[in-house]
Amino acid sequence: MPTPLKILVPIKRVIDYAVKPRVNKARTAVETQGVKHSMNPFDELSIEAAVQMRERKNPPVDDILALSAGPAKCVDVLRTAMAMGADRSIHVEIPDAGQGQAELEPLGVAKLLATVVAEEGRNLVILGKQSIDDDSNQTGQMLAGLLGWGQATQASKIEFDDGDRVSVTREVDGGVDTVRFPLPGVITTDLRLNEPRYASLPNIMKAKKKKLEKKSLSDYGVDEGRRLKTLKVEEPPPRKGGGKVDDVDGMIAKLKELGAI
Amino acid sequence: MASKAPISFLNRTGLIKSNEYLLPTAWRPYSHFPPTRRRRLLQQSRHKCLSIGRRTFSTTPWRGLADIDDSFDPRQQDRESDEVDVCIVGGGPAGLSAAIRLKQIANEAGNEDFRVLLLEKAGELGAHIVSGNVIEPSAVNELLPDWNNPDNPSRFENVTAATHDKMRFLTKNSSIPIPAPPQMNNKGNYIISLNQFCKWLGERAEEVGVEVYPGFAASEVLYDSTDGSVKGVATNDLGISRSGKPKASFERGMEFNARVTLFAEGCHGSLTKQVIKKFDLRRDSQPQTYGLGLKEVWEVKPEKFKPGEIVHTMGYPLPSSTYGGGWLYHFGDNLVSLGLVVGLDYPNPWLSPYGEFQKMKHHPIYKSVIEGGKCISYGARALNEGGFQSIPKCAFPGGALIGDTAGFLNVPKIKGTHTAMRSGMLAAEATYSALTANPDSGTVFLFEYEDALRSSSIWSELKQVRNMRPSFHSRLGLYGGIMYSGLEAYLFRGKTPWTLKHKEPGDHAATKLASQCPKIDYPKPDGQISFDILTSVSRTGTNHEEDQPVHLQVQDWDKHKDDQWPKYQGIENRFCPAGVYEYVEDGAKQFGVKFQINAQNCIHCKTCDIKAPAQDINWQTPQGGEGPKYFMT
Repeated sequence: MPTPLKILVPIKRVIDYAVKPRVNKARTAVETQGVKHSMNPFDELSIEAAVQMRERKNPPVDDILALSAGPAKCVDVLRTAMAMGADRSIHVEIPDAGQGQAELEPLGVAKLLATVVAEEGRNLVILGKQSIDDDSNQTGQMLAGLLGWGQATQASKIEFDDGDRVSVTREVDGGVDTVRFPLPGVITTDLRLNEPRYASLPNIMKAKKKKLEKKSLSDYGVDEGRRLKTLKVEEPPPRKGGGKVDDVDGMIAKLKELGAI
Repeated sequence: MASKAPISFLNRTGLIKSNEYLLPTAWRPYSHFPPTRRRRLLQQSRHKCLSIGRRTFSTTPWRGLADIDDSFDPRQQDRESDEVDVCIVGGGPAGLSAAIRLKQIANEAGNEDFRVLLLEKAGELGAHIVSGNVIEPSAVNELLPDWNNPDNPSRFENVTAATHDKMRFLTKNSSIPIPAPPQMNNKGNYIISLNQFCKWLGERAEEVGVEVYPGFAASEVLYDSTDGSVKGVATNDLGISRSGKPKASFERGMEFNARVTLFAEGCHGSLTKQVIKKFDLRRDSQPQTYGLGLKEVWEVKPEKFKPGEIVHTMGYPLPSSTYGGGWLYHFGDNLVSLGLVVGLDYPNPWLSPYGEFQKMKHHPIYKSVIEGGKCISYGARALNEGGFQSIPKCAFPGGALIGDTAGFLNVPKIKGTHTAMRSGMLAAEATYSALTANPDSGTVFLFEYEDALRSSSIWSELKQVRNMRPSFHSRLGLYGGIMYSGLEAYLFRGKTPWTLKHKEPGDHAATKLASQCPKIDYPKPDGQISFDILTSVSRTGTNHEEDQPVHLQVQDWDKHKDDQWPKYQGIENRFCPAGVYEYVEDGAKQFGVKFQINAQNCIHCKTCDIKAPAQDINWQTPQGGEGPKYFMT
């Protein structure tokens, strides 16, 4: 009898992927005021993965808990997560202290999640492999380290077998890599895992009735000490035009001129 | 519904001509039979054809020629439905004002359970809103009296008080000051970003208990089967592929039944178009005429920034046969809103409003301000110019039109926000009293709304300026219009016994043939002041799911091209401010070009639906949550 899964899906509210990001006036961070935000696309994959696991029924899923740490508007992404299928959610409110300051660093997030896992008795954590604003790709790995659990990152396929073990096919630079480890564990999602479902309007309306708890960092006893300081943020230099060459010889000559070969 | 017809599949069978499924219901075979029986009858006739050996293109076994919509797939499922008291389509200033006013009245009367539901196709409120905008605070002062009160912690903060106005007539290199008509005096008004204002209104709406659902597009009007009145709307199905088949992520839309449905879709709304046609709401009014407004927001150097300054220009770059004008407003923190409105009754198919806008920015009066600055946003939207003569009947059985979708913009003032909000508030009051007067279910007709409109400031305001815009239709073009409007502004003030007319049947018919008009060559963008169209489109943040039916519905792309290309030489490519329509070189096709619709670039401006000379482009809403994500517009 496989152990029922108690899944934790942490999600992050980031600037929408279609919006063109701009650097703020002070050149310390990306402008977020008034810009459209939505759920991190990799986190949509994690929610979808959790919901698909529940639909497959083997192993049975007891509970899918969504969690987000951030300013008050994070409730929007949590409601979307619940509309997609999460059962309940926790919002760890971090007041918007200003641009760039409000965000936790990956280590802080990992410590918070480790405490939540212990408190809520979770045995599987599914995260997005990275968030599209800082592209750190660290939280899942740090969390597994803090918990002492097995981890499978950049998952493109997840399979359970009867012995409480999970086989994960991972996307790596050279191709794919399959790992197998016993639960409890941490999995981070990559693009090929699934196609997230739309949060339909009836589900969004039902999600309003699902439980959303508000907590603060001190409730979990986590210190949010920042260890990194952003010195400056700049836009990339404008793209210089290319040049056209007539044939392969011309290209070789040009490359020699530029000192590339 | 024709919009979801799997046209390619039907064509493949060879049995049905490409047009047949887009004909009105009455002309379809067996239309008087109920759908299930119709399907079986068509199946039988199809089987008969098979048995006599008629050839088809498809070798797969016949699956049943079902209704237009689908074969036996999930789209046949019933939709989930919900009952609300009032359903509002569109989360712009009119829709939000109506919603807030309704809940204010209901809460005051102790009726906390009064359900007001607002659907908005943008992913968040304000994302599809683009407007100048200098707002006359008369309406919002009534709706939310402490909207600007410094003691109110949730006041709207991003206002810049208007300081002074300038009007200029531009020639290629100079600008001549001209007197501004008294209506255009902006003392007491504020320069804002309407996009931000709508976000703020949305928060106020949620506070009073309105159910706001951004990210869901109402795509279908629901009619009562007994008396044909409007009984609500339905959102569109999500997860349909480009060919019309449902994908794995398919989600059925949802129905909302409401005793009163208010349409607040903004200028030339897609559902409004259907409702106007069905109830013949334009029977006593002139057709609506439109303009296309293109806007950019720039961050300028501090030394060029003059907070509160409002500049309006006419003349260059538009030819005298084309109505339009530019604006430049200084607001916020070193920000400048600038843009150009082009009347869509322009006759020359070689004219490109986008090209004219980029040309205009090089004029010294604009260039001197934006030089060295950075363009942070771009947007475009059609706006109403018909004014008083074009106001349709606004109430119909089961609902009403509010805001720009009816058309209350005051053209000489270039303001429509206050009238839109006021119309929403009036409709809300009429709705609430109509619903409480007839508590049992019966069709509601908002007589009170029509009466209230006529006795409100909207009516008197629009009546006063009704002759100014049509005066530009004469052969004297721009100059005649300016002279007459000057007379109207200073002397007549609308008290003349005559009312000038717009040109029937509408803007699309004003287009002359390409062969009759001089070709216009637009200078290449320099990348500093002017930009190419795709760079501008990237600043709108627009995106659509690629694998969905093309929401700009043209029956037959090849036929459209064969018909329109020789006459207008690709006018769609020029009037679209987002580069959606293209005539790509293709030696294999007739005329050497192929018509292509890049629906992903669409910024929902509705110009194509208005200006297409043959009126054969039907704008339907794509999946909810898509489209532009405007910033500070």
